[in-house]
Amino acid sequence: MTAPLLQIEDLHVWFDLEDGGELHAVQGVNLSLEPGERLGLVGESGCGKTTTALAIMGLLPPSASVSGRVLLDGEDILAGGEAAIRPHRWVDIAIVFQGAMNSLNPVRRIGDQIVEALELHGRAKGDTARARTSELLESVGVPAGRASRYPHELSGGMRQRAAIAMALSCNPRVLIADEPTTALDVMVQAQILELLDGLCRDFELALVLVTHDLPVVAQLCNRCAVMYAGEIVERGPLETLYHEPGHPYTRMLFAASPDLGMGDEPMLSIPGAPPRLDRPIDGCPFRARCDSAFADCIVRPRLLPIGEGHDAACHLNTRVPA
Amino acid sequence: MSVSPALLEVEDLVVRYPIHRGLVGSATRQPRRNVHAVEGVSLSLGRGEMLALVGESGCGKTTTAQAVLRLVDPVSGSIRFEGRDLVPLGSRELRPLRRRIQVVYQDPYESLDPRFRVRAAVEEPLLIHRLGGSKVERAQRVRDALVRVELSPPELYLDRYPHELSGGQRQRVAIAAALALEPDVLVADEPVSMLDVSVRAGVLNVLDGLRREGLAILMITHDLSTAVRFAQRIAVMYLGRIVEEGPATSVVRNPQHPYTKALLSVVPRRDPRDRQRPQILRGETPDAVAIPTGCRFHPRCPVAIERCAVEDPALAQPAAAEDGHRAACLLLPSR
Repeated sequence: MTAPLLQIEDLHVWFDLEDGGELHAVQGVNLSLEPGERLGLVGESGCGKTTTALAIMGLLPPSASVSGRVLLDGEDILAGGEAAIRPHRWVDIAIVFQGAMNSLNPVRRIGDQIVEALELHGRAKGDTARARTSELLESVGVPAGRASRYPHELSGGMRQRAAIAMALSCNPRVLIADEPTTALDVMVQAQILELLDGLCRDFELALVLVTHDLPVVAQLCNRCAVMYAGEIVERGPLETLYHEPGHPYTRMLFAASPDLGMGDEPMLSIPGAPPRLDRPIDGCPFRARCDSAFADCIVRPRLLPIGEGHDAACHLNTRVPA
Repeated sequence: MSVSPALLEVEDLVVRYPIHRGLVGSATRQPRRNVHAVEGVSLSLGRGEMLALVGESGCGKTTTAQAVLRLVDPVSGSIRFEGRDLVPLGSRELRPLRRRIQVVYQDPYESLDPRFRVRAAVEEPLLIHRLGGSKVERAQRVRDALVRVELSPPELYLDRYPHELSGGQRQRVAIAAALALEPDVLVADEPVSMLDVSVRAGVLNVLDGLRREGLAILMITHDLSTAVRFAQRIAVMYLGRIVEEGPATSVVRNPQHPYTKALLSVVPRRDPRDRQRPQILRGETPDAVAIPTGCRFHPRCPVAIERCAVEDPALAQPAAAEDGHRAACLLLPSR
């Protein structure tokens, strides 16, 4: 059996707090990704999805400590620190951020930034790098003439495309897109989703789409992992998650997402707020907000298989009928 | 059609923002140019009704709302509130009317003063408008407003600062501050787009409850899914114009204008089985400086014919639409 393209095993991230405490942002995440696969990583703000993405990229700030394994083609790129991740960052795994403002340098022309990325990684030089930059920009739908523009001179959609072009400059096999369409209009969002869809299909690019927006995931991804309070509480094929959710949080998240097809059914919010992550979590992290909590929930549930490629961390799945 | 006159009636509203030519521009006598933000918008809003103004950034929906709030001056058109035109009124005459048309903005992190406790934030509008009677009566009004936005018991929230509240709670405080003045019209500009999905429904349900009690709500949103669930009517804007307008379900289930159809086709659906082929319009949100001739949507329209580049269509009721549903497209046979 060959190793998956990317495998994350028991990933933990802690942040040092100013008051001397620790915030346990990611609490044992396991994920795997195959070539060409599109995985949605969803959850509310603060659930650890962006931290997970940054940990995979080795881009966490110094205040963070990390444990676990991030395997690329079976090789651990986390254990060796910066030296181990550097040859793979942007080359094998790349990331784009929300609104592209964190991806692009605001005071440099976008073309120059992509040329620099190409040169830095020894992909191309001088005129070849310029030509490759034009090609990259055109391939994501940015007219090559815009290479001489500064990020602020482009519209939000064009900026996001330029950021994607830069992320693709070294032909990575995994693209992590962190809320890539959140600040964009629906029509521009559709254009970016179409672009990502094409990239996955044409280049066997594996995509991790990090977002709070379940309908966007439903539009683009085939698998989905739902994060809550630093852990994955459910993962599986998207259709299964929507039609047969194995965790009340997944069900309630879908119910809280408005849909064009909705009739007069009530649109429900999820009461309360996620637990604080700077103190130990007692029992199921969702039980205070859950509509189906019962006695067993005082014990923290583990992520267990409940169907074909479908795992959930909820005691309801193993509850013995009375 | 309702017999009683609408609470708020906007007619042929035009708002333009001049573009500064700069010193060189004016010295070389370059022509003055304008951003045509709103070009002839008419809409009406009744008590107990929510009208959703939908469209992409730059379509003029927020400018329309700002004109209704009399925060920008229209070039022409009228904004009648209970039959009285607000446009010619000066600030002194407007003042008593302002409390009756209130606003809630997108970002409750920006709209609440971080140094004000909830109590002070909700009381502030009463002090500014010298309303609410004695200190004791004002305190009661603050409490009532918090209860109406389902921050209850109010004692739990009165002494908190914004940073001690979640995004959803902050937005409720912002709504409570608007409600303290007992307005007739509430303008809600993207009221939930900054909030986490899990709490959006709560805030929208609060607005829905207020509407049922008789509040008229003009909701600015880019989210058609929310619009169809909560609004009674939807008006779709494109480049400063309303291109389609009607009962919310009718607009969404039986769209007439090619722009509305395209917009609806790209709204992601939560059920993966409902994945549909999006009809993606090419290009960017159009430039409101250089408005296309004829139908302003024709350069991006998938079904445009030659005539569309020349003739500017007016809103009319298409043959295939129900009463009160209008669209502005030359290709739609009217009744």
